[in-house]
Amino acid sequence: MEGMMPPPIRRIVVDEPATVVAAPAATSQTNGSTPSHSSPVSVTAPRRRAASLAGGIERMATHDLSILYGDKAAVKNVSLPVRQGEVLALIGPSGCGKTTLLRSLNRLVELTATASRQGRITLDGQDIDALEVTQLRRRVSMVFQQPNPFPMSVFDNVAYALREQARKRPRKSELGPAVADALQRAGLYDEVAADLAHPALRLSGGQQQRLCIARSLAAGPEVLLLDEPCSALDPGSTEIIEDLIVRLREEVAVVIVTHNLQQAYRIADHVGFMYLGELVEYGPAEQIFGSPQEQRTQEYVSGAFG
Amino acid sequence: MDRIGLGLCWAAGIALCLIAAAIVGFMLFKGLQFLRPDLLVTSPVASQDQSKSGGFLDPMVGTLILTTIGTAVAVPLGVATAIWLSEYARPFWLARAVESGVDIIAGTPSIVLAIFGLIIFQQSFFGFLSFTAEGGAVFGRSFLTAGLMMSLIALPLIVAATREALQSIPGHVREASYALGKSKSATIRRVLIPAARPAIGTGAALGMGRIAGDTAIVVILLGATALQAEGSTPLFGTLRGTGSTLTSYVYNNSPAGEGNAPEKAYAAAFVLLLIVIFLNFSIDTIAGRRKMEAAWKG
Ligand SMILES: Nc1ncnc2c1ncn2[C@@H]1O[C@H](COP(=O)(O)OP(=O)(O)O)[C@@H](O)[C@H]1O
Ligand SMILES: [Mg+2]
Repeated sequence: MEGMMPPPIRRIVVDEPATVVAAPAATSQTNGSTPSHSSPVSVTAPRRRAASLAGGIERMATHDLSILYGDKAAVKNVSLPVRQGEVLALIGPSGCGKTTLLRSLNRLVELTATASRQGRITLDGQDIDALEVTQLRRRVSMVFQQPNPFPMSVFDNVAYALREQARKRPRKSELGPAVADALQRAGLYDEVAADLAHPALRLSGGQQQRLCIARSLAAGPEVLLLDEPCSALDPGSTEIIEDLIVRLREEVAVVIVTHNLQQAYRIADHVGFMYLGELVEYGPAEQIFGSPQEQRTQEYVSGAFG
Repeated sequence: MDRIGLGLCWAAGIALCLIAAAIVGFMLFKGLQFLRPDLLVTSPVASQDQSKSGGFLDPMVGTLILTTIGTAVAVPLGVATAIWLSEYARPFWLARAVESGVDIIAGTPSIVLAIFGLIIFQQSFFGFLSFTAEGGAVFGRSFLTAGLMMSLIALPLIVAATREALQSIPGHVREASYALGKSKSATIRRVLIPAARPAIGTGAALGMGRIAGDTAIVVILLGATALQAEGSTPLFGTLRGTGSTLTSYVYNNSPAGEGNAPEKAYAAAFVLLLIVIFLNFSIDTIAGRRKMEAAWKG
């Protein structure tokens, strides 16, 4: 099944002229939009990634997914593929449902008592409701906006997902290689190798966030969800994490929510633009930023509304 | 007007400092004047001659035993209550009832707790906790019964400290654990309790200070006697028996009590003050460390 289905692209109006936004330069900041995309994206700006890896396998997909809080819909009829080997960025003004969509993919949204769901979500073709929720969450792991290491050592943070997973509690020496490997993949190993017993909450913000990524990777996920992972970080740490995300897409399917448009442009292969709960446009990053098919997309990427 | 108010606040602060300094200074003076090392290592002896009436080793041991029992019971109970109130609290009315219950216990004078405890522990059902007379009357007074009532003094402090710590942990930290496929109970055990541990320590230390300083429960439920073991089992015998603590020793030897040995009362009071100051000091140390650790945002 995977790979066969064409991505269900929604609401792309084909007969509208593909307005090319060559250099939507400085005149943009018309309303008091959020500071994170202070200037419009230039399509000639350098991108962090090489060309997309060809035709990734579809790992997850939503099918006409709607999420309601009470009777208020936060996500409306979204169909979206998540492929291995690529970074999918969800962009859109704040409150448009990006976090809600992301949290539905690992069923974290169920923790909100008022939330309800319509439509299906599949992981490798299988309905995620058929999976045990703890299993699903190890396969679809999540990194949050605020770095949130647990109040324990660096080692124990990374080993967290591995412990108690097995019936017999594994010993520290058995976990060592797995912990080191996860730290390596998160690009943190060299900085913390000297003292893995260091309390995680004493690391810098950027290191904490990479530790959270390592913690997620240790569970061996197939899909990695990141909800504005850099919004609390300085530019230096942001750059390190962007590099890391681009490298990770080869092993896991990556979905990142960001409301920093430059960031989406730098790292994403595909971009979904959401507005008021709807997926307005989905397509390759070049299309979304270079020749958006939808008026609202174009207005958003050129910074007309925040 | 503002200046007068400010002046009053300032004066009140200064006055409090002076009072605290006076207490410590006075006790230091009296304590150092009368405290001799042998007082700490000899048991009290019933004697009219004060030079032969011994020291307060037993009361010190008594304070230690009571504090240990009270804390050992109150910490697990208080932490469990706080976890339930903070993480479950369903149904709503039950949570409110538990909250009120804890508040009522916190507000009950210890003399009332003591009288209540005496009535309860004199029931034959609780006979194993203390001494039972020939006729079957249960004495109700022992380290165990006094310790159990003492735990009620410490309990609200531990509940409050633990609960506050749990509530200060942002929701996304819990979610991070769920997002790694952990259950709620695993999250509580592996993340929340470790995060609350400094607060639990603070609450326990506060509670220990309150237990060590309480007199009413000692007089009513411990007998305020010399150590008198019940039965022959060494440790359990002592716990089922009666005894005294530093507070009851101070009371009995002060001019208010019958002992009329004020200098020994001062020496014992000084030791008690040192214990409580030490506990407060350890609270500050724990709280300071906690500030360094708590680093989550949002
Ligand atoms: N727990 C919740 N209960 C009720 N409404 C919520 C909840 N979380 C989010 N919402 C609402 O759902 C909408 C989408 O929110 P969110 O997914 O957080 O958007 P975004 O991440 O794009 O900023 C918003 O209107 C928000 O107010
Ligand atoms: Mg969000």
